[in-house]
Amino acid sequence: MEWEVVIGLEIHAQLATKSKIFSGSSTAFGSEANTQASLVDLGLPGVLPVFNAEALAMAVKFGCAIGADVNKVSVFDRKNYFYPDSPKGYQTTQLHHPIVGMGAIDITLDDGSTRTINVTRAHLEEDAGKSLHEDFQGMTGIDLNRAGTPLIEIVSEPEMRNAKEAVAYFKKMHSIVTYLGICDGDLSQGSMRCDCNVSLRPKGQEEFGTRTEIKNVNSFRFVEQAINVEIERQRDILEDGGVITQETRLFDANKMETRSMRSKEVANDYRYFPCPDLLPIVIDDDYIAAITDTLPELPDAKKQRFMDEQGLSEYDARVLTATRELATYFEETAEKCGDFKLAANWVMGELSAALNKNEVDIQGCPISSSNLGAMIARIKDDTISGKGAKSVFAALWNLEEGDKKGDDVDALIDSLGLKQVSDSGAIEGIVDDVLANNASQVENYISAEPDKRGKMVGFFVGQVMKASKGSANPGMVNKVLKQKLDEKC
Amino acid sequence: MALDREDVKNIAQLARLELSDEDIGQYQTDLSNILELVEQMNAVNTDDVQPMAHPTDAVQRLRSDVVTETNQREKYMSNAPAQENGLFLVPKVID
Amino acid sequence: MHNLTLTQISQGLEAGDFTSVEITQHFLDRIEALDKKDGGFNSFITVTPELALRDAKAADERRANGNATKWTGVPFAHKDIFCTDGTLTTCGSKMLGNFIPPYDATVVDNFKKQGAVCLGKTNMDEFAMGSSNETSYFGGVKNPWDKNRIPGGSSGGSAAAVAARLVPAATATDTGGSIRQPAALCGLTGLKPTYGRCSRFGMIAFASSLDQAGPMTRTAEDAAMMLNVMSSFDEKDSTSIDQAVPDYTATLSDNIKGKIIGLPKEYFPENLDPEMAATVRTAISEFEKLGCTIKEVSLPNTHLSIPAYYVVAPAECSANLSRMDGVRFGHRCEDPKDLSDLYCRSRGEGFGEEVKRRIMIGTYALSTGFYDAYYVKAQKIRRLIKDDFMAAFAEVDFIMGPTSPTPAFKAGEKTDDPVAMYLEDAFTIATNLAGLPGMSIPAGKVNDLPVGLQIIGNYWQEAGMLNIAHQFQQVTDHHQQAPQGIE
Repeated sequence: MEWEVVIGLEIHAQLATKSKIFSGSSTAFGSEANTQASLVDLGLPGVLPVFNAEALAMAVKFGCAIGADVNKVSVFDRKNYFYPDSPKGYQTTQLHHPIVGMGAIDITLDDGSTRTINVTRAHLEEDAGKSLHEDFQGMTGIDLNRAGTPLIEIVSEPEMRNAKEAVAYFKKMHSIVTYLGICDGDLSQGSMRCDCNVSLRPKGQEEFGTRTEIKNVNSFRFVEQAINVEIERQRDILEDGGVITQETRLFDANKMETRSMRSKEVANDYRYFPCPDLLPIVIDDDYIAAITDTLPELPDAKKQRFMDEQGLSEYDARVLTATRELATYFEETAEKCGDFKLAANWVMGELSAALNKNEVDIQGCPISSSNLGAMIARIKDDTISGKGAKSVFAALWNLEEGDKKGDDVDALIDSLGLKQVSDSGAIEGIVDDVLANNASQVENYISAEPDKRGKMVGFFVGQVMKASKGSANPGMVNKVLKQKLDEKC
Repeated sequence: MALDREDVKNIAQLARLELSDEDIGQYQTDLSNILELVEQMNAVNTDDVQPMAHPTDAVQRLRSDVVTETNQREKYMSNAPAQENGLFLVPKVID
Repeated sequence: MHNLTLTQISQGLEAGDFTSVEITQHFLDRIEALDKKDGGFNSFITVTPELALRDAKAADERRANGNATKWTGVPFAHKDIFCTDGTLTTCGSKMLGNFIPPYDATVVDNFKKQGAVCLGKTNMDEFAMGSSNETSYFGGVKNPWDKNRIPGGSSGGSAAAVAARLVPAATATDTGGSIRQPAALCGLTGLKPTYGRCSRFGMIAFASSLDQAGPMTRTAEDAAMMLNVMSSFDEKDSTSIDQAVPDYTATLSDNIKGKIIGLPKEYFPENLDPEMAATVRTAISEFEKLGCTIKEVSLPNTHLSIPAYYVVAPAECSANLSRMDGVRFGHRCEDPKDLSDLYCRSRGEGFGEEVKRRIMIGTYALSTGFYDAYYVKAQKIRRLIKDDFMAAFAEVDFIMGPTSPTPAFKAGEKTDDPVAMYLEDAFTIATNLAGLPGMSIPAGKVNDLPVGLQIIGNYWQEAGMLNIAHQFQQVTDHHQQAPQGIE
């Protein structure tokens, strides 16, 4: 039977507020256990939540960015369940009245085609703490530093039909929230996590099949892998005439499988009800308008501008706008050197390769956009050759932080002796010497058939470059050589 | 609504309350009586009534996004029944 | 000395008639002699003599330095529901039998700032769930008017302590009548303010949308003095309302002539004990003498308040008490074999029966398939009840009736019948559902036991309520009577 895959994603994005959603604790990542857990975060008896204005602003910003209905009245609910990383025994979230209603985003697939995916809703909620499973007297340790970090949970419609679409959607959401500056987007630290709802149905059937939910997938690659192995698992079961159990599953990247989460086995009844410690959140048109005014240029608009105004290809524009950091770096570089295409070549070529090789992201790039732009400007004005530029690039990459050499790219080029000789008089002198010292090769050249001569120029170019210790501008050397040799013919 | 023993056990499980077998019968009676009291609500038609979650019409106040808390782990964890290395300890959690 | 009212003690300290150390020691001695010993009232769970004397000494110094307020050096007690930094706070439960809060409730902080002297923490029904103080893990409390009877609840410890003159005033809380009913049963003045008047921060939550702190005193004048310090806008409580706090003592002597008092016929049902009804009506007639007009009103949905309350309060408490899980504080069972065992046994052992009943009712009412029929329905009834009051307040300034259907009953009389116990709060619960202020003042006696007159006001009308109560107390002496053997 031919199956159709149905995928919906629930993405949790940690909002980049300084303090928690309901307390004045810091949200900074990586502190010592429970040092950022206040009375409120610990859920001690008697404490009460007070809502963070910035978390609201960020959620509304997201809603505006995806063209969603932002709800003027939204309500916090309690979701009741017992788990040690949930200190109050309930999570404060929004069920019936979320802050953001229906919206949509466009995703672009590898072949450049686009699809619109509808976003059902996005709501505000608090993150849980962490369970540490190292052995503490045979027990699990609980760190509540993360408890109360604000999240928006973004729920898609079940409109994706394969893993690649799901990844494209996840990447697009990543780029939107990072462009907006409402989430740092750091997947490795759990700033964004994805729950994947996957089901299969016979092609042509309208009714959905039973779905499973793969919890907390935290990289783009894993989303693709997890969905694909889950599709295979479900297909196998269905083709054997089995039924899918609706359950929560966990992706194991080492074993390349998903498995049922036993701890969530007991059927949960979350008993949602409005949180009586928090009042309805009410906003007006002015509030929404003020937030709309602060929206930055979003990835789709930026991509279009790169294509229309700077003549970049769709592919280049898409890659360069994928994250706000990369787009910013690229734009700064391009503006500094004044050539978007050349800048695109360098950022997507040499720079990307170096970043990949050294496993650093653009934020950790040791070369500033300003230095890269300055270097590219010197390629453009023929001060350095393409080959010389690679040496300059390597030198810039390897500079120690704070090294004064990084302050002036021109001085660095000078000190590396990579400045090309483009002075025609000087080059003519060298060419004359080379021709005089290689009389027999000159003879051969003259006696050769004209159509063979082209190849023979290479020898003289090599000699000139050698004599100039590589500093002569090769283009100019070619031109002068041709001219002088032709004069002899 | 009269509850049976299974209902009482299920509710106790949801609420994470251990009840002894002897006590379940008494809870069954008490809870059923309370529900009977509660169901007097059904005597009145409320189809057109807006539910009221809060006694006042006030709306949520907002707190500025400022870090006001400092590390007071030692004090805040002083009531913990089991702790080590600044972590609360619970029986092994299996995912 | 212990017969002095709170106001008189404040004046005595100011006049230099005695020092804070002297009066504090006097009350501590009484507590020691009458409360903690076998056969004592058991109105305190924790007494803090060292802290009290230290604070009294500091208060005397502050007074000597000329920085005293009306409250400096004045002794009082807190209900054991308010978190006190460094002092055991049990909420009447085994679950919190070892809980030492690392912070002060806002109400506690308000008293500290004034230099008041807290003598200890008063007994209460477990997590404020009860109407007789018999659900306390730390034992029942004796009513000073008759030691075989209950003092009411849940603020039974505060009421008994004030009635027995172990302390001139105490804080209390009211979720369904927990200030007013014990005030009535112990012959005291108790006030539950408008929801949002006093901060709930640090007050261990029973039902968040109903809980409100208020004073337990002998006189309306003292209640005004208490409310002055208990009230505050608190940024730490999202449900605290930013409403200016008037000086409640300033308007006590205002003329109440022309005020219209509504008597809801539903508060005088046919099955109400005739003596109770007569006592309350006699008290109300005093207001006529003071120039008020009496008018019958109707609160037609009154009979639905108990049913709605026993959905809303248990639903909220079922979630509020989920944090009592044996992980970060509180009772933890011995050798839990796994996580589920840790939760189920710690909670099974830590909570008493009434608390478990209410958690289970709330859990059931919120569960899938029942939410609309119970919780949403109850919220709709809540609206109807509020609308009833708003309609009545369009015509009258205050509503009056009995605080409780009966005077204090015998210990053990209703412990086996939860529903009978719940009916104790038939007249008080509606004000909590609506968030309105309610008050109980002594109205006389039935069978030598005190009876309370309930005064319900419109939102933020505490000053007016205290005013008419004070005027009533200028022409009556019910509030001056003391239980036998207490003088």
